[in-house]
Amino acid sequence: MTFTATTCAPGAFTADEMMTIAAARPLKSDDVCFVGIGAPSAACNVARLTHAPGITLIYESGTIGTKPDILPLSIGDGELCDTALTTVSVPEMFRYWLQGGWITVGFLGAAQLDPFGNINTTVVGDYANPKVRLPGGGGAPEIASASREIYITMKQSKRGFVKTIDFFTSFGHGEGGDHRQRLGMTTRGPSLLITDLAIWKPDPETKRFTVTSLHPGVTRDQMSDSVGWDIPYAPDLEETPAPTREELEVLRDLKARTKAAQESSKDAAA
Amino acid sequence: MAKITDLASAVGENLKSGDTVAFEGFTHLIPHAAAHEAVRQGTGDLTLVRMTPDVIYDQMIGMGLARKLVFSYAGNPGVGLLRRLRDALETGWPNRPEIVEHSHAAMANAYEAGAANLPFAVLRGYLGAGLAEVNPDIRSVVCPYSGERLATVPAIRPDITFIHAQKADRRGNVLIEGIIGIQKEAVLAAKRAVVTVEEIVDDLNSHPNACILPHWTIAAIAEVPGGAHPSYAHGYYGRDNASYLEWDRIAADRATFQDWMQTHVLNATPAVFEARVAALRSAA
Repeated sequence: MTFTATTCAPGAFTADEMMTIAAARPLKSDDVCFVGIGAPSAACNVARLTHAPGITLIYESGTIGTKPDILPLSIGDGELCDTALTTVSVPEMFRYWLQGGWITVGFLGAAQLDPFGNINTTVVGDYANPKVRLPGGGGAPEIASASREIYITMKQSKRGFVKTIDFFTSFGHGEGGDHRQRLGMTTRGPSLLITDLAIWKPDPETKRFTVTSLHPGVTRDQMSDSVGWDIPYAPDLEETPAPTREELEVLRDLKARTKAAQESSKDAAA
Repeated sequence: MAKITDLASAVGENLKSGDTVAFEGFTHLIPHAAAHEAVRQGTGDLTLVRMTPDVIYDQMIGMGLARKLVFSYAGNPGVGLLRRLRDALETGWPNRPEIVEHSHAAMANAYEAGAANLPFAVLRGYLGAGLAEVNPDIRSVVCPYSGERLATVPAIRPDITFIHAQKADRRGNVLIEGIIGIQKEAVLAAKRAVVTVEEIVDDLNSHPNACILPHWTIAAIAEVPGGAHPSYAHGYYGRDNASYLEWDRIAADRATFQDWMQTHVLNATPAVFEARVAALRSAA
């Protein structure tokens, strides 16, 4: 592909940066987005600071319409409340705003993910005798069922992208097909998966994730080495546009401000 | 009528071994000082309830005070796993607490049901989720109007709830501002509540829609400036994110954890909290 004046050359950005920027792009100014911490939070704030200035970001601590200047370490950092339109109680957040159907996009990460977008953040191994006890679901089980659609972002790895997850923390498309509808869900479920290497979308019929776009320079071998299932590719496979200079600048500024704030907190505590 | 007293008495007179206790706070206003006092008093055999059992429950579990844990997210937000809780669940050190696990939506609803004096909460939750298979408390009802199947969870009714807040007035009315979390519901659901505050003032200077817990909902209040550290108090001092990152290192090793608890909790007084937030206070 040819690079325009505003597009970064290969090697000028990291796979992590590509992931965050690719995850930011599908968000729209009129979205009301329930934001998970970590990679989803970075993506949502890049979207807000670039092409989607009107986006409403909601964190489960109760902050609605927050505009943090730095990325929060937790879902309840003071920055989120200070810059919010309003802050409500946790029961109100889950009962009225999430269960009430106001969230257009729930943005989640995962520890383990299967080909149908089912998410595990609870345990590796047996629930009663876990190999690794993970933090658990928090808001995610209901974010996954009540948001109108779900975007997932996480780095690809054989440990994370498994054929069968050890625990169904958050239901994606279950066994695929119409499994969501059969359980009484009226929402779309996972509609987009953005990783450090590619963009995936569920097949319209089977709901199995299919690669629709590879990030610049990514090979099919890299894909196979980082996913524990057979990878279907879309017939009209695309290449993800590289980050623009503006996107990269905004992301790097955000990360630099966040790092500086964390270091000053460390100095204050010392 | 809330009794205004010192922290040791507030904890000693209200928290008993075997109690079901909630130290609530949703990232903001976490009652660290009160939890440290409970650790110093060695009150054990506890059922610990909290939506987000972060550092204070990691500490209490590591000290062997928990018989059971009721929770919906057991992590150190933005940092990772709770290493003392992991050790307890994966290896049984120092003991293996029983766990009752929920989602945030269910816990929030369960506290609200407790506050509303209802036996259970109903929500459109746990659809397709594995928790319903491992937690027998998660059941369902059929809506008598539409026929829809809805999830139910039992109300949470702690023997005692601890929270931290910005201010109390001299009668014991309590003001909470900022991220108000689940604190109001957790107090109203409990048989008794103990509140630590940044300061006791003549006048709360509140506006009509502020979150206020009237003095007759509270058993005891203790003034502990900085009592939420390393969590934060909106308007007083910021979250000490560096301490949360540091906790990951401390909790990673049993001996390092025990040394830290000896120095910073068992041999410490409630007054140390004020010094910890001095720099954060000036930066806020």
